[in-house]
Amino acid sequence: MAKITYDGIEIEVPDGTTIMNAARQLGGKLAPPAMCYYTPLKGSGGKCRACLVRVAAGSAKDPRPMPKLVASCITPVQDGMVVENTTSQQVLDVRKGIVEMLLINHPLDCPVCDQAGECDLQNFAFEHGISTTRYEEERRTFDKVDIGPLIQLHMTRCILCYRCVYTADQLTDGRVHGVLGRGDASEIGTYIENVIDNDFSGNVIDVCPVGALTDKTFRFKQRVWLTKPVDAHRDCTHEKCGGRVTLWYKGNDVLRVTARKDENGEVKEWICNECRFDKKETSDWVIDGPAHIDRSSVVSANHYELPVLNQQVIADMPESTMRELAQNPPLKLGGLNG
Amino acid sequence: MGRKLLTEHINVEGIDTFDVYRKHGGYRSVEKAIKTMTPDEVVEEVKKSGLRGRGGAGFPTGMKWSFLAKPEGVPRYLVCNADESEPGTFKDRQLMTKLPHLLIEGMITSSYALGARTSYIYIRGELLYVLRILEKAVAEAYAAGFLGKNILGSGYDLDLHIHPGAGAYICGEETALLESLEGKRGNPRNKPPFPAVSGLYARPTVVNNVESIAAVPVIVNEGGNEYAKIGIGKSTGTKLISACGHVKNPGIYEIEMGVPVEEFIYSDEYCGGIWKGRELKAVVAGGSSVPILPKDLILKTAAGEPRLMTYESLSDGGFVTGTMLGSGGFIAMDETTCIVKNTWNFSRFYHHESCGQCSPCREGTGWLEKVLHRLEHGHGQMHDIDLIVNVAKQIEGNTICPLGEAAAWPVTAAVRHFRDEFEWHVTHPHEATRPGAVYHGGLVLA
Repeated sequence: MAKITYDGIEIEVPDGTTIMNAARQLGGKLAPPAMCYYTPLKGSGGKCRACLVRVAAGSAKDPRPMPKLVASCITPVQDGMVVENTTSQQVLDVRKGIVEMLLINHPLDCPVCDQAGECDLQNFAFEHGISTTRYEEERRTFDKVDIGPLIQLHMTRCILCYRCVYTADQLTDGRVHGVLGRGDASEIGTYIENVIDNDFSGNVIDVCPVGALTDKTFRFKQRVWLTKPVDAHRDCTHEKCGGRVTLWYKGNDVLRVTARKDENGEVKEWICNECRFDKKETSDWVIDGPAHIDRSSVVSANHYELPVLNQQVIADMPESTMRELAQNPPLKLGGLNG
Repeated sequence: MGRKLLTEHINVEGIDTFDVYRKHGGYRSVEKAIKTMTPDEVVEEVKKSGLRGRGGAGFPTGMKWSFLAKPEGVPRYLVCNADESEPGTFKDRQLMTKLPHLLIEGMITSSYALGARTSYIYIRGELLYVLRILEKAVAEAYAAGFLGKNILGSGYDLDLHIHPGAGAYICGEETALLESLEGKRGNPRNKPPFPAVSGLYARPTVVNNVESIAAVPVIVNEGGNEYAKIGIGKSTGTKLISACGHVKNPGIYEIEMGVPVEEFIYSDEYCGGIWKGRELKAVVAGGSSVPILPKDLILKTAAGEPRLMTYESLSDGGFVTGTMLGSGGFIAMDETTCIVKNTWNFSRFYHHESCGQCSPCREGTGWLEKVLHRLEHGHGQMHDIDLIVNVAKQIEGNTICPLGEAAAWPVTAAVRHFRDEFEWHVTHPHEATRPGAVYHGGLVLA
């Protein structure tokens, strides 16, 4: 076991746990944001740099601070480690920079994007970004590529988190899509033009943090926050599919079917394409009850909350943050120190 | 006249053949190491020599070797990084073209020291003709019994493979190199784990630069202490410097560490001064990624001491008034050089070469290039100058691999030392875009 201090809160976790997962045990809202890391996908993480944190003390044995900010999703804890997330101004500044970098080539077409309302990038930008842009150049755009009858690839919105690549690698045999090109010309694509066609291909829609991969059977049907999520299950005959899903209702119609997600917005169980695309009648399913959506706050509460700031341990908070806090008091850290 | 340890015989006719190389004392270090020394003794000599990695970072090679994990029954690898692609650096190419057997001798001795039974040379894809030279030399070494099974009857086996890259600068980063060598897309890995624990095929691996490995035979032959006598302080031995740009005699020079920069530029033994009788304006001392320095600061440190060609002296003053020795790609620029254009050019390179894996580098390098393009072409505004510095700072230190820093440093340094020139591009867009126009305290036409 290793005891670490995270934003002034002490927590004990098993050796080998990453900083991110230790923080998530304290509650999803306290954890650093993650745009590429996805627990069920082996090897994911480290790419988006949204979860950078400052390690003020490496371990009890070697209490020197780490020279650079580290990606919390891939850095394992050490006994005696002291981690600063929202208590470090440097971390908050860098995070602002990461939002800016992710947005400069993002089309910001949220009003017509199906992901809006449950978009990781939207949440991340709202919580950590600034409301203006310094980017005057032309944005990068891509032509839409047809990758089959069920999934729409809209590369212009992609933030290259690689999640869909890992998903295809780890869930299915013979991945046909991957990252082509390099630098800001990298794109997700099939080489040479190919169709993503297998029983589990639909899961790439669920893991996509933005609206780059969307469900063609749901596109433009409804804003997600106007639909009602309901948990349901059925006896799926596919050996790898448990048939436990979330149905998204509008009135009496099932508009779409997705996998169930946990409080960190990660898929609990992968589902097959038959469940996702073909079973859109209530009679196909046994209803378990309303689904609780934690992270995507537009869907869950119709309003946003500021991220939790642990004010007690911030020595000299910048003036702008103080002003912001006075207007919007932060959440209390129930049970831990509040 | 400094001592030449690596390039003493570089101009001997036929030195790229096994027989001639052997006649000039080649492969002595292999015999000495395998017959009279234990692997640990070889590592110890390299440690004593104080040799520092010649690829750019300057990390002590002996220490790197001693970090190599050695679990029982698990193969370990030595990989030579010959993916030399930093703009301004071309020392390894020359060394491999002229003295292929020196690298192979170094590989054998080093592999023996590390206990590697299979070693690789990962060579830049553009250097296919060098690959052929190396392959011929490897075949000769196999035929002479210096590679293959039971080398010199010692029972030690070693196979050496040469593998070309496919034209990506990023594959010079050690973990991207390993990915590429494994046949994957050349994306740098997240660290830890470091290659010394889990490198090529997830086995313990050491990755060394060509010049570092080529120095090992000398160290084994003469002894680490002898080698350490050359140079100053922690910068020991000799270093290959590839001088280019506006000097009279561009080329590769093997210098003893500690030669004053002024002597290196102006002495006839080395660069022979600036061409066409012009003035020196600025120097990029260690390949395009290190901070650029104006004439005054490259010749003398901020404290007024003469600057020397050593790791310590060049980085004296940190990045405020110093730079780095880096890989030894010495680019001199005369007064007709436009620093804005040059910075844009460097930026364009890093934009093109970013692998696109992590967001600050992928998006930031492109942003930098676009704003610098605007500034150079007379469409910039005053706040763009602070913008590029800020964007560079957002990249620096926040990326997976050092390419982020490599892209950021030239920009921040150029603005730090040549801000007036950037401002002049904003205030005088028409003059700045005239062909051959350069700022030198005002408009000068080259």
